[in-house]
Amino acid sequence: MSDTLFPIAIFFASIFTGNILLTNYLGMCSFLAVSKELETSAGLGIAVTFVLTVTTPLNWLVYKFLLVPFGLEYLRFIVFIIVIAAFVQLIEMAIERYSEGLYYALGIFLPLITVNCAILGASLFMVIREYNFVSSIFFGLGSGLGWFIAIVAMAGIRQKLRTAKVPPGLEGAGITLVIAGFMAMAFMGFSGMIAVS
Amino acid sequence: MAKNQLKKTFLAPLGKDNPVFVQILGICSTLAVTNKLQNTMVMTLGVMFTTALSSWTISLLRNHIPSRIRMMVETMVIATFVIVVDIVLKAFFPDMWKQLGPYVGLIITNCIVMGRVEAFALQNKPSLSLIDGLASGLGYTYVLMAIAFVRELLGTGSLWGYQILGSWWTNWAIMIMPPGGFFMLAIFIWIVKEVITKEAKHV
Repeated sequence: MSDTLFPIAIFFASIFTGNILLTNYLGMCSFLAVSKELETSAGLGIAVTFVLTVTTPLNWLVYKFLLVPFGLEYLRFIVFIIVIAAFVQLIEMAIERYSEGLYYALGIFLPLITVNCAILGASLFMVIREYNFVSSIFFGLGSGLGWFIAIVAMAGIRQKLRTAKVPPGLEGAGITLVIAGFMAMAFMGFSGMIAVS
Repeated sequence: MAKNQLKKTFLAPLGKDNPVFVQILGICSTLAVTNKLQNTMVMTLGVMFTTALSSWTISLLRNHIPSRIRMMVETMVIATFVIVVDIVLKAFFPDMWKQLGPYVGLIITNCIVMGRVEAFALQNKPSLSLIDGLASGLGYTYVLMAIAFVRELLGTGSLWGYQILGSWWTNWAIMIMPPGGFFMLAIFIWIVKEVITKEAKHV
């Protein structure tokens, strides 16, 4: 595949065939806890997409120009977490200052994001798969959108499910996991479309 | 009294306060690594090591950490132990390290570790926190091993890499793929919840 097409392939692959939530199980904790309401899910989804799109290339720069030259690759866990936490804090302050409406819409989700494993996971995948800078932007954006699609779809299904009779032992986490399993099966239908390892 | 408390601290995470199926924490790695027993064993040992030692360290420092920055300090301590796990794995089990990929690093964001530090280690003595961390790790271990046992057996017909079922067995490919993990955990939670609600009715 030519180099110019590659980032776009990564973009679609990270949404569909390699959905970060449904095939790599990243960000499950907040996925299970927040997917009860459609609106909150969409808010969290947008916040995750935004933070992923920025922190993945940011961590790429830090890794390439700060850690590799000094042979400090083993410190990447700590450094990535610091970058993510600092960025989230910064964004929170910025939107609090400039846009009150946005702050009330997204503000409450931002602290949750630092501990969302999807964010750290995307940065770690980016290092392991040796993406270049452009690919890491597309990978971050695609992973975020994939996560957004998954949580919004789940919230929609769970809203319908409120009137359904679920066995008492399966209520809550159990039935959500079953639905996630079916969604993962549906997303497996995309595999073979694009193959990016 | 002291002995009683020790016993309670040790037993709670194994049963009614189990981090995986009661508190639903640390699900990411629960699902990702359980398609093979060997991977699961290594991963859970890493988590147990990190939880126990992070709880112990934070408990030692608990009177010196300003509460405003305690999250940051906790994350740093946890990340340090995870780096130790990562380096040891890379040095002695490079194949395993490659297979686990990013999930070793993701122990940092595993909610079990942070949860125990926040909920227990900040209020308790170092020795007790160490026991609590260890027990939480054990509670996590046996649930994961049970799930991995079923997934590997049905998915590949083998256990610990050895072929157990004969050639008559058709592999359930779905079990080692992502959906299998979701279904197995759901079934496990279902069974446990049914048992717990039954017991509660008897009492």
